[in-house]
Amino acid sequence: MNELITQEFTEPRKKDRVSKFNIAATIGIPLAAILFQVYVPQFVKYLAYLELPLLVTVYFALMRRSPIAGVLIGAGIGLAQDSLYPSHPIGMFGIVNTLVGYFAASVSQRFDVENAALRGVLAFFFFFFHQFFYWVLARALLGEALDFDLQQTLVLGVLNALVAVPLYHVLDKLKITG
Amino acid sequence: MEFFLNRYRNLTVLLLAILAQLVLLAYQVKSHGEVRLIRVWAVGAVTPLARALETGRSGISGFFSDYFVLLDVREENKRIKKELDRIQMENQYLRTELDTADRAKSLSIFQAHSPSKTVAAHIIGNATGSSTDVLVDRGSTSGVQRGMAVITPDGIVGKVVSVYPMACYVLLVTDPSFAAGVESQKHRVHGTLKGQGGSKVIVDYVQNEETVEPGEWFYTSGDDGIFPKGLPAGPVTVVRQGKSLKEIYVTPSGSQSGLEEVLIVVEGVHAPIPNAPAPSEPVHLLPPPPSEPGADATPAPAQLVPLSDADRVVEKYRKIGEAEKHVYGERGTGAPNYNLVPDSPDAAAARKPPPQPDTKPPPKQ
Repeated sequence: MNELITQEFTEPRKKDRVSKFNIAATIGIPLAAILFQVYVPQFVKYLAYLELPLLVTVYFALMRRSPIAGVLIGAGIGLAQDSLYPSHPIGMFGIVNTLVGYFAASVSQRFDVENAALRGVLAFFFFFFHQFFYWVLARALLGEALDFDLQQTLVLGVLNALVAVPLYHVLDKLKITG
Repeated sequence: MEFFLNRYRNLTVLLLAILAQLVLLAYQVKSHGEVRLIRVWAVGAVTPLARALETGRSGISGFFSDYFVLLDVREENKRIKKELDRIQMENQYLRTELDTADRAKSLSIFQAHSPSKTVAAHIIGNATGSSTDVLVDRGSTSGVQRGMAVITPDGIVGKVVSVYPMACYVLLVTDPSFAAGVESQKHRVHGTLKGQGGSKVIVDYVQNEETVEPGEWFYTSGDDGIFPKGLPAGPVTVVRQGKSLKEIYVTPSGSQSGLEEVLIVVEGVHAPIPNAPAPSEPVHLLPPPPSEPGADATPAPAQLVPLSDADRVVEKYRKIGEAEKHVYGERGTGAPNYNLVPDSPDAAAARKPPPQPDTKPPPKQ
């Protein structure tokens, strides 16, 4: 009984476990995701619907379990993404991804984000949130008359969630264990 | 304040981050300014990676593209080669068919014009281990009998040596055991055609005193009871004086253009040996040139050119007859002077009219 109590207090609960990544993975994975977003759709147009920077933001925010880290990760990836779109003011993706990172990290403090189904649901939710909030910001701050196709956004959300689950599984392999 | 920041640290950081980005955004929107520094850093950081990616992509893409193109080219090359082989074989087949059709046509023309009754046959094989015996696809059911002559429009080929119901063996003229009676076209010299095992045959039993010229044709004489008289055997290629008999080599004309179809003479009819050159030596003659304007419309009489000694003798006698105003065959005129040389002054004098006798009456005494 004492052993169990000791184990309960010495080992952190699953939902409290913070994952760590080496510096190469921390920089390389978001950079690869941004490069993918910028580069690959030139050759395969359908892959433009894949929001890899967003999915990576969600993943790192979930794994770090810290809202501040989530904010920084989201802001960093978002601003980098913005800076590679020449006709796009810097800050749009930055603000949206900052919010996504914050909320994803907040969620990770309450749920077991190792679960694949939950990861899928969160990827779908944050994709929808990302698209909707970007649309709101574009209309409110830039005055751009963008259309928001709800049906298309939902379908793309499902597709991104389907990609996110195996992607997160692969990224889990890059975690520093111990 | 410190308590507030500690308690709401996360929210504070979020708000600060968003505020900073909103300010950045507002600056860009209001001043239409470009945040060049951030973009330079971002592009500068991404460009080497993008370049490396592009190099890798284009390399891999080029490799696969070239690979598949080469694969296609190789397949195309194989297909074209196969097609070329097929067309070449088809071409060869059609050429053979055309040759066969030509031969069959000439055979049928010859068969129609030949006085002898013949049966057309195809050569279907050689006798085992022999190049001078061939198997043809006509046998006793077609009326073929042993000893019958086998010919082509070009000449004699051989004779039937063994007969079966559906086929027979033919001994070719080149076989050493083959013999046939022949006669030369020009000097009517008789001899025996014998095979030598090679491409040439000889004409034996011709005395050295007899005259045979190279290029002269030998025809079957009909003496052997196998070949009807008048079939070409071949031209003389070599004539040599022997000890007592001439050595005469002849190229057999019947098998010169390849043997595929032959005629078996089932009822031979003797024919005269032609005086004209052999039928297998066609002579091409141009049409006469068009008459020039102003030229005499009536054609000049053909100049007879004496061809042989006999022709020259006839021509000489004709000229002597003209010189002496002698009409050959007329009674009571006597014989002309055959020793006169036609083109000599004596002949010209002979052509002058004889001096007229004085018609004046002699003076009366």
